[in-house]
Amino acid sequence: MKEKGENCEAQRIKAEPFQLLERERERERKRERSPDRRIIAVDGMDSDEDERIPLSQRPEWSDVTPVPQDDGPNPVVPISYSKEFAETMGYFRAVYLADERSIRALQLTSEAIHFNAGNYTVWQFRRLILEALNADLHDELEFVEHLASKNSKNYQLWHHRRWVAEKLGTEAAGRELEFTKKIFVNDAKNYHAWSHRQWVLQTLGGWEDELAYCDKLLEDDIFNNSAWNQRYFVITRHPGLGGIDATRDSEVSYAVKAILTKPENESPWRYLRGLYKNSMQSFVTDRRVSTVCLTVLTTKANCVFALSLLLDLLSNGFEPNQELKNTVEALLPESSNRDSDMAATVCSVLEIVDPMRVNYWRWRKRSLHSQVEEGVRNLHVH
Amino acid sequence: MNVPSLLVNDISDSWYLMLGHGEGHKRSVSVTGMEPSSSSPPPAEWKPTVSQEEQWALERQVFHIYQLFCNIPPNSQAVMLELQRENHIDYLMKGLRHLGPSFSVLDANRPWICYWILHSIALLGESVDDALEHNAIDFISRCQDQHGGYGGGPGQMPHLATTYAAVNSLITLGGHRSLGSINRGKIYSFLRRMKHASGGFSMHDGGEVDVRACYTAISVACALNILDEELVQGVGDYILSCQTYEGGIAGEPGSEAHGGYTFCGLATMILVNEVNRLDLASLTDWLVFRQGVEGGFQGRTNKLVDGCYSFWQGGAAVLIQKLHAATGEGHSSMRSNESCTSSEISDDEESLEGTSSGMAETSRDVEEVAGQENSSIRFNLSQRHIAAEPLFQSHALQQYILLCSQVEGGFRDKPGKNRDHYHTCYCLSGLAAVQYSWSRDADSPPLPHSVLGPYSNLLEPINPLCNIVLEQYDEARQFFNNPM
Repeated sequence: MKEKGENCEAQRIKAEPFQLLERERERERKRERSPDRRIIAVDGMDSDEDERIPLSQRPEWSDVTPVPQDDGPNPVVPISYSKEFAETMGYFRAVYLADERSIRALQLTSEAIHFNAGNYTVWQFRRLILEALNADLHDELEFVEHLASKNSKNYQLWHHRRWVAEKLGTEAAGRELEFTKKIFVNDAKNYHAWSHRQWVLQTLGGWEDELAYCDKLLEDDIFNNSAWNQRYFVITRHPGLGGIDATRDSEVSYAVKAILTKPENESPWRYLRGLYKNSMQSFVTDRRVSTVCLTVLTTKANCVFALSLLLDLLSNGFEPNQELKNTVEALLPESSNRDSDMAATVCSVLEIVDPMRVNYWRWRKRSLHSQVEEGVRNLHVH
Repeated sequence: MNVPSLLVNDISDSWYLMLGHGEGHKRSVSVTGMEPSSSSPPPAEWKPTVSQEEQWALERQVFHIYQLFCNIPPNSQAVMLELQRENHIDYLMKGLRHLGPSFSVLDANRPWICYWILHSIALLGESVDDALEHNAIDFISRCQDQHGGYGGGPGQMPHLATTYAAVNSLITLGGHRSLGSINRGKIYSFLRRMKHASGGFSMHDGGEVDVRACYTAISVACALNILDEELVQGVGDYILSCQTYEGGIAGEPGSEAHGGYTFCGLATMILVNEVNRLDLASLTDWLVFRQGVEGGFQGRTNKLVDGCYSFWQGGAAVLIQKLHAATGEGHSSMRSNESCTSSEISDDEESLEGTSSGMAETSRDVEEVAGQENSSIRFNLSQRHIAAEPLFQSHALQQYILLCSQVEGGFRDKPGKNRDHYHTCYCLSGLAAVQYSWSRDADSPPLPHSVLGPYSNLLEPINPLCNIVLEQYDEARQFFNNPM
């Protein structure tokens, strides 16, 4: 900052807010030229922290008296704030209490957010200012993007981004989808980014390439459960795909293929089960489900996911053929007691191959009877 | 500008019920041990994915620790399994008195820091001295908004998550001064103001709507005995819309099943007496599969285990277990929406009173005064007999907490990470929840075999719905038993 000590200028600026706006634009241009775009040169705060001019020495703040934090005489969990942090928050409290929705207040929120992106009060006040100034929200997208590299798991940042995108409307869809893509390059399971992306698709559109995008992420990492979840989101909610009943058939094939590639990957097993969430009838009648269990168990006898899915089938009234019965019988050691029905046998096998969940499988076995009856009853209802 | 970030990096992959936090760069876990893991190695032609590499690296580290443990003499093993109470208390007390500049990124979360520390101290069976207690009440009161609710620090907007943290802190401190400092009437109007058209709640004025908001609002309303039809209206529908095809619950409709939101959603549904609307069979199935070979819980399918999920997932598993005990039914009945009605549970309650202990009578008294239909299920869950065993491997979880998360003073996410107050709170909360998951009833202490390590590791029992130490929770119930 060059204007250090120019008090007369401060007076002029106070009187003429548009000139201040011009200065903000100048800073914006400077920022554009900055080689490291991730670093924002907000007023008085540049890439090097040493260059920061204290607010108390900036002419445009000379009329404001900072408000100290009311921590009381002996606070618990007291934080030894840096001088800069304490000062910034002191000025923030002053403008917040005065409800000053000005450009300098907007700049101040930028600084406060850089110190602590988790301060929701600052973010909320920033939104009020942006509305009052009728600010160009494209700049705001940039502000968030700069912050995101360091705060990609911050609730406030994503909530703010959603607010901005909603105001911009459908024109923002493409940029928002790109933005989340960039986040996924470093963290393909970022929960906030996925929620944002789903919100964008549902609110602003841009569904066209989404299934292909899920494909790509699953090709990169077939264990990425977030990508599986997104795939489920697309096939159930994509307005042009006709919903789960229309997509189930091809998705079952997709899931089965993924299972056969890596049977130890839980994600496609859960996905496959999820495809039949509200249609128990097709779950037990679609031979592909029992076939994939059988195929996997033939080569990988202790596959918990295959046994677990088989148990679900049997609990819901599925009638196994002799081949499947023989395969399961063969999994139980000679010495074990024979169970009365196949579902119980599967539970017994699971108790052995999955000791971490032995209590769960015992409990499943105990509750089998009423469960099969209910499963059959449900089938009759359909 | 670089935010000072020792702390935020340490907590970056954990889930926060709170307000969000600073930097979120993923750090790969460094490998210290080379013990073969339990997973089969990939075939030579197949390149492992990012998920697999991270998982195997962690398994190597954890099994290295377990291997060391197995190879030392029994008396050394006993020492390793010991809960280092004094060190933990030292670490916690220090945090209550002083936090360095790196904590500035948690400046909008100070009631949370209070709760993490005070709750941890209470779980360890200790309390703070009079002066600290006084200072804590005074400080938290300064976070209370004049129109109701608590903010993240003095002068900040009221926020549901910090309101939850502040109320839970004050209940944990206990006593008339502390409980009396809570303005129930104003909190009620704050909660009403946060009610959202979707049936859920906004975190703050203009804030995000999600499952955390539902949980923190409903939990606070229950603890303060101000829950009513207006607050409950639509919450069940909202939570239900967040249960995913996997079985767990997501933060918002369509998102991925997640341990933190699953606990929040499940606890909320129990508190509003609508838990049977959830698909509990698939929820239970998803939940038990979140326990990894390391013994700890992961937050999502194919993610790494993290000590904090000892509570979010372990606590949810304990809630499920108690639901079974309350209904006396198995997996099949959990499919039905009608199987566990409040009247059924109330009948059960009658028979319990026949066998009566002081606790049962207390709960009845409070219930009568509370005069709310849905209070019975909450009491059943917090205080009733538990007949069943936990559905997960309780010893394996305790082993992960004590050997992998515990450090000299405090707890951490996983080996290679640093301790913090958040993980200390939720590792201890998870430990308490599972230690009592075998006890036959609330009056008798857990059997020795249910506590891994020396029996002196036993923590104070909690109300698993609000995550407050039971004794203090009961005191608050008595204190707030009159309607507003």
